[in-house]
Amino acid sequence: MASNRHWTWFYRLGSPRWFYETTGRWLPWLWTLTLVLLTAGLVWGLGYAPQDAKQGNSFRIIYLHVPVSFLALAGYYLMAIAGAIGLIWKMKLSYMVMKSAAPIGAALTFLALFTGAVWGKPTWGTYWVWDARITSMLILLFLYLGVLALQYAFHSQESGNKASAILALVGTVNIPIIYKSVDWWYTLHQPATIKFTSAPSMHIDMFQPLLLMIVALYSFYALALILFTRAEILQRERKATWVCELALQAGKDSAGEAG
Amino acid sequence: MSNVGFTAYLKRDLLLSYRRLGEAASPLMFFLLVSILIPLGVSPDPGRLAELAPGMIWVMALLATLLSTEGLFATDHQDGSLEQMLIAPQLLALPVLGKVTAHWLMTGLPLTLVSPLIGLMLSLPSVAVVPMMASLAVGTACLSLIGAVGAALTVSLRKGGLLLSILVIPLYIPVIIFGSAAVQTAVDGFNWLGPLAILAAMLCAAIALCPLAIAGALRLVSSN
Amino acid sequence: MPKTPLLSVDRLVFERDDCNIFEPVSFNIEAGDIVQIEGPNGAGKTTLIRLLTSALQPTSGSILFSGDNIADCHYEYLASILYIGHQPAVKMTLSAEENLRWMSPATTTASEIDAALAEVGLRGYEDVPCYSLSAGQHRRVALARLFTTGSKIWYLDEPFTAIDKQGVGILQARMGSHLAAGGCILLSTHQDLAMDKVRKYNIEPHSDREQQQ
Repeated sequence: MASNRHWTWFYRLGSPRWFYETTGRWLPWLWTLTLVLLTAGLVWGLGYAPQDAKQGNSFRIIYLHVPVSFLALAGYYLMAIAGAIGLIWKMKLSYMVMKSAAPIGAALTFLALFTGAVWGKPTWGTYWVWDARITSMLILLFLYLGVLALQYAFHSQESGNKASAILALVGTVNIPIIYKSVDWWYTLHQPATIKFTSAPSMHIDMFQPLLLMIVALYSFYALALILFTRAEILQRERKATWVCELALQAGKDSAGEAG
Repeated sequence: MSNVGFTAYLKRDLLLSYRRLGEAASPLMFFLLVSILIPLGVSPDPGRLAELAPGMIWVMALLATLLSTEGLFATDHQDGSLEQMLIAPQLLALPVLGKVTAHWLMTGLPLTLVSPLIGLMLSLPSVAVVPMMASLAVGTACLSLIGAVGAALTVSLRKGGLLLSILVIPLYIPVIIFGSAAVQTAVDGFNWLGPLAILAAMLCAAIALCPLAIAGALRLVSSN
Repeated sequence: MPKTPLLSVDRLVFERDDCNIFEPVSFNIEAGDIVQIEGPNGAGKTTLIRLLTSALQPTSGSILFSGDNIADCHYEYLASILYIGHQPAVKMTLSAEENLRWMSPATTTASEIDAALAEVGLRGYEDVPCYSLSAGQHRRVALARLFTTGSKIWYLDEPFTAIDKQGVGILQARMGSHLAAGGCILLSTHQDLAMDKVRKYNIEPHSDREQQQ
């Protein structure tokens, strides 16, 4: 189609090889950035931020729990958007990103639930409470697992991708509905401590390390997503010449080191 | 043509269900049988049963609907009718809606009509019977539509049934929340039209959006 | 002025899981033509036919119906085609007559349906539910469509499977009268057709697929 010529930059963006080579250059920086941010955030939050008046030191888990929850939810939207791009523009790379986002998101959701439980024990006396936030997180975990399960249920990679993309989109439409329903159903959890439209109800000294951790988690997510996608690219394009050359080169390098 | 459009597929699916009445009645039988398990498993005390009744009836209705959703497109896929449906000169959303409506008429509607009997067995307060029927009628229609999306996605998989349940139950949660809330608010003496209205809104959204998702899934995935 | 062909296929290519199925396919079909798709097993004959029925979307290339891309004249195209694939699309709980009535145009009368079933050797079986019939008889019910349809373009995938010699003769006669009336047929079969002016088109499996082995 003639319109393809206007979109060459877009299609170049969709080339797995281009992605692999470009991200290869970014990786060292991304690793450093992520490690620095994560360490700084965790040390500041877990060590140096002031204690909470009511909860004492146990609230510190919020520095892990909240950012991880953000990313778990944002990750689902990213996965759904990647799926939508794959469906509309039939871009293989987009499907690969979607496929990589699923396990990362599922792991983050699980971590959010786990840290929530750790927070719950000293705060409410129990590891598990059926409140709006936690229940919605649990449902999000099942949505992720559904996308993962569907992806691997098909023999044909293509059909699995398309089905997962459709499911991810259906889930996206449902997430606000599910959240609102569950919220309506049980309002016990603390009100959201960060609202983007009004001042946070946390003290600024507690808030800053939290922001830092959120940025650190975004960086971590980007890193993890890129690493997973690169692995997926290598696996899917394993018959392409450039991948074979890479493998041969890596073989020579390690032989050179050993010898 | 006689085989194009909503009514044609609705009538045909009803006829097909009628020819296999035993199979078609199984969700209803399941609903009735499971409702015996609750007093046996929990307690026959009417007070306790009354507390559990709104939610339990809804859970059982949900599971019964889920069980019957798997077969929605499976036979059509196996005998080649799905392919013919895909290449007929029609908007795919129409036969899809026809089939899902037939499914609801053979599953959700019987469940709704039988529910007062279950309510009686589980000591549901009589003030809640009409709200329960209303919420089941509207809610099971939502469940049929949402379940059909899962059925379309898993149509070409063998043993897609369990996977279907995993995919679809998270999406069912808003329906059951408001469905059982309608019954519970009635039991508590408050206005139950609120949750019912939200349920009806969900049904409207489902009728508008689900056929698109189902048609998309059938086209993309049945070529496996 | 050259007449626009009824059906025109131009460099059709289909990719599944990063592998092209067949070499690009191009041909034209006029009214009255019959084209037999040939090729080794697994070459992609069924895939090609499914692409022509629009059940599958091509990766590139176009299919033109009287000059218009089928994506543009979707409903007109689909209303003009008939497809009988490997599966007969016959419902087991319905009778042969009910199945045929479903698959025939709305204007078909009851006597036409009975006549069609008689042509394929199912006289007396009209009211028998199809779960009592054999697989070969299911095929015949599906093929009875050829006697009631008004569609111009026929896509038949291995239509003669499990049909005896007499049945093959009857079907070929029906195909002949369809062509004479201005229709066209594209079919895949291993049989030799006892009809004149059968054009053969060979499908080549794509070189991608040799690499897979």
